[in-house]
Amino acid sequence: MYTEGTPIADTRAPGGPVENRWEQRRLNARLVNPANKRKLSVIVVGTGLAGASAAASLGELGYRVTSFCYQDSPRRAHSIAAQGGINAAKNYRNDGDSVRRLFQDTVKGGDFRSRESNVHRLAELSVRIIDQCVAQGVPFAREYGGLLDTRSFGGAQVSRTFYARGQTGQQLLLGAYQAMARQIAAGTVTSFPRTEMLDLVVHEGRARGVVVRDLVTGEVSAHTADAVVLATGGYGNVFHLSTNAKGCNTTAIWRAHRRGALFANPCFTQIHPTCIPISGDHQSKLTLMSESLRNDGRVWVPSRKDDPRPPNDIPEAERDYYLERMYPSFGNLVPRDIASRAAKNISDERKGVYLDFADAITRLGRDTVEARYGNLFEMYQRITGEDPYTAPMRIYPAVHYTMGGLWVDYDLRSTIPGLFVVGEANFSDHGANRLGASALMQGLADGYFVLPTTIGDYLADGPFGPCTPDVSEVRDRVAALLAVDGDRTAESFHRELGRLMWDECGMERDEAGLRKALDRIPELRAEFWRRIKVPGSGEALNQELEKAGRVADFLELAELMCVDALHRTESCGGHFRSESQTPDGEALRDDEAFGYVAAWEYTGGEPVLHKETLDFEHVRPSTRSYK
Amino acid sequence: MQTLRLYRSTVGKKAVMAVTGVGMLLFVVGHMIGNLSVFSGPAAIDGYARWLREIGVVWPLRFGLLLCVGLHMVAAVQLARRARKARPQGYEHGRRPQSYAARTMRWGGVIITLFVVYHLLDLTAGVANPHGVQGEVYNNLVADFQLWYVVLAYTVAVLALGLHIRHGAWSALQSLGVTAPRGIALVVAGVICAGYLSVPAAVVLGVVS
Amino acid sequence: MKLTLRIWRQSGPTGALVTYPLDDLSPDMSFLEMLDVLNESLVVRGEEPVAFDHDCREGICGMCGLMINGVAHGPEKATTACQLHLRHFSDGDTITVEPWRAKPFPVLRDLVVDRSALDRIVESGGYISVPTGSAPDAHATPVPKESADAAFTSAACIGCGACVAACPNGSAMLFTAAKATHLGSLPQGQPERWSRAQDMVQTHDDLGFGGCTNAGECTPACPKGIPLTTIAQLNRDLLRSHLR
Repeated sequence: MYTEGTPIADTRAPGGPVENRWEQRRLNARLVNPANKRKLSVIVVGTGLAGASAAASLGELGYRVTSFCYQDSPRRAHSIAAQGGINAAKNYRNDGDSVRRLFQDTVKGGDFRSRESNVHRLAELSVRIIDQCVAQGVPFAREYGGLLDTRSFGGAQVSRTFYARGQTGQQLLLGAYQAMARQIAAGTVTSFPRTEMLDLVVHEGRARGVVVRDLVTGEVSAHTADAVVLATGGYGNVFHLSTNAKGCNTTAIWRAHRRGALFANPCFTQIHPTCIPISGDHQSKLTLMSESLRNDGRVWVPSRKDDPRPPNDIPEAERDYYLERMYPSFGNLVPRDIASRAAKNISDERKGVYLDFADAITRLGRDTVEARYGNLFEMYQRITGEDPYTAPMRIYPAVHYTMGGLWVDYDLRSTIPGLFVVGEANFSDHGANRLGASALMQGLADGYFVLPTTIGDYLADGPFGPCTPDVSEVRDRVAALLAVDGDRTAESFHRELGRLMWDECGMERDEAGLRKALDRIPELRAEFWRRIKVPGSGEALNQELEKAGRVADFLELAELMCVDALHRTESCGGHFRSESQTPDGEALRDDEAFGYVAAWEYTGGEPVLHKETLDFEHVRPSTRSYK
Repeated sequence: MQTLRLYRSTVGKKAVMAVTGVGMLLFVVGHMIGNLSVFSGPAAIDGYARWLREIGVVWPLRFGLLLCVGLHMVAAVQLARRARKARPQGYEHGRRPQSYAARTMRWGGVIITLFVVYHLLDLTAGVANPHGVQGEVYNNLVADFQLWYVVLAYTVAVLALGLHIRHGAWSALQSLGVTAPRGIALVVAGVICAGYLSVPAAVVLGVVS
Repeated sequence: MKLTLRIWRQSGPTGALVTYPLDDLSPDMSFLEMLDVLNESLVVRGEEPVAFDHDCREGICGMCGLMINGVAHGPEKATTACQLHLRHFSDGDTITVEPWRAKPFPVLRDLVVDRSALDRIVESGGYISVPTGSAPDAHATPVPKESADAAFTSAACIGCGACVAACPNGSAMLFTAAKATHLGSLPQGQPERWSRAQDMVQTHDDLGFGGCTNAGECTPACPKGIPLTTIAQLNRDLLRSHLR
């Protein structure tokens, strides 16, 4: 199934006390003088929080930046859909928060599968992100005194989450997009929307550019630069149904992986417990309802499994408030992975479980509930046609985020020199489970602060001379997709793959299921290349062609995810192996055997596993308990 | 330079329309108050007209109004042409109708202009008036409103003016950056329509003869 | 349920409405999921599917935009096309689906238009010039809650272009005003407030959008309900900037 190769290590993080490492690294990183920056070019793929903030910041420094996104405007990247908030260790509440505490919470929340150096840097930078965003005009929620409001989020006992109503991601992304727009106007950033990266250009051992397809004209061309930054997000859409946008895909990182970048922890996926259940086969995506709902809503199912009565007709005695029953001390506020698994074990995806506000409405009054959750209730009603004020909401878990991604070192360099990976596309900071409100923090820390420092250290050796890439491989692949002329749509393959991954590599995994998936995926891939139907031509806007290319890459990635999930026989964070659980059904970690990052090398055949051992000097691994 | 740049912008043109519109609205209000003196008898209204000429405001007023009308129309035509160019291809499906007043601003403006021309020939120059004696305002207008078609034309024009003000007064405030409830414009338009229409109504009903 | 769609199809300089009868639809489907179903059937038949823009499908990215029976984003108030569900239509309805129409929004294919003109407006001044790393502490300047809330109301704009599509003048003034008012409502946005208003309006006009004549069609079409008062605020800012 796989072979084991030589271990790898992060050689960029300085040693010494964890709180001094970033300062040390900044001091050691070589600088590029301003006149030389103009001669150096950087490609940034993706315009979410990480990509837009990176493009803007690198442009401000004076590099020549080229930015690509598949959407029609950089402002539409899927960071825009993040609802809840962004963490920062400001301690404005005087409630005992500190950089150290955010660091500890994040390492622990990640179930001890992330790198201490990286996480500490993230916690340090969190405070500057808020400063930067406020200065840009991000309209964070404020109190009457004019100071910033915060709220609590899962996995933390302090109030450190800054938010802008339920649209924090949108407001942060607009801030980054506007900063980028300023650089576009200044001429330091050139933006190519509706352009999709289809391959990475590696020349003399360095990442030197990308091959892209213009999604309007269909033209395939190469762009070269002295460094390439991938900020292309996660691969949750491998499950077909997820809270990701329809266009989110793995192509950019998968193509880079095929060119030599190691892929780390691909099986670490996060499943969010509070999403709107599936309503039918036509379902195209799942919509998240903010985690904050669990602050006041009570989760229950009918005690009798096939109770046909509508929820309001079921008497109190016949309701099972299973989270409160199983986890008396955390109750409805257990972390995402635990709440998700409990829901899956107790109900199915069409019915979901009930999230009931009747108690909250009695206790607080309808007006207070409306003030807190009004926009979420409206969204729920819009989608389901049901009124959550009078009947409980139905919720069910859905794939939300992928902690895995391309392996990077402390400098955010992948294993290909000159290829940097930022945001959700890399694997670095969240371990096996991401805490709420930490994704926005990581994307912006990478783009605004980390990358602009570390990329200079690499570019100090540049410019790297001319390079003439060959685009024929990409052209051939596009032609191949069109040439099959079969009888099945890309969507039908995607649906089938997603179902398989959800069943066998979803919330709960076991050896038999993963082996079944590993048998089925290559068959499905072969069938894809025999039966895919893509009408139209490659020389025009052709959305079926775009989709087919993305599904083809998901069909390859899915196999690696299953291999990774099968090899990791422990349970940790979002990865739950049913073979590895405590007697009362909780995740059982095996730090001795699996205290490492699994970084996979692409070979075309069986992948090669490179282990990066994780050391914990500051936060002692312990078992999470929410009983 | 700044003023020219402002005038060239679409917002600047709207501001010009707003300022000139407000100017004309003030005139319309003053004119209405003058008209209402008809209820005090022939001596009052003829005397009022004479007084206006004596204090020498007539010609400056005419000049100012002409300037307002000109600027208002030029800006309106420029904006209308811009709008047409901004949507070279329309929608196949009929669109949701806008408010009636907003939709009729452009045609309403044309109707009002045509009426003003007739109105000047009728009651200022006297050439289109059945009585047509300079200075005999009272008799001229009573003669006018004996004719059903004059009453009809006058009523249509006043209603068009009312609709124009109904949207225009609010729109002018909006263009000048003042946010006001739309109801204000409705009240102003209602008062103006009532004031103007009271005169022909009085003639038709025989209250004024 | 059954619906008949009349959809604008265009692959060259001109196009036409094409009729597609659809059966077996579920009222729980979103409008875009209905187009997905149609497209899958077209692909299987070897026909080219209907091109339409969409991405997040939760009403926030602003990518989708369809004129549905002459109404931007369809009949439901404050709802994007992706969040519009078929339960708001009746069995047997005929629905006409067209792209946004405006000169600065050329049709690329079928229902897909090029809205990059909106990016040009933002690039001309829709930002606060604060290079990364130069920001003071977030609490250095308290912002009154009313200002923050007012800024948020305008900042909720998703840049979908429905305001342009609905405006009888083809004006993008609501979009432009939303950005200018968002930034202009905050203390951080004051230094560039006047130049921002001038530059953004100038770019808006240069791009060929029509002028705002206060027709008031944009706000009802806006999925985020951005109020007309934002336009009044931009007008005020622009006039003040010139007359200061």
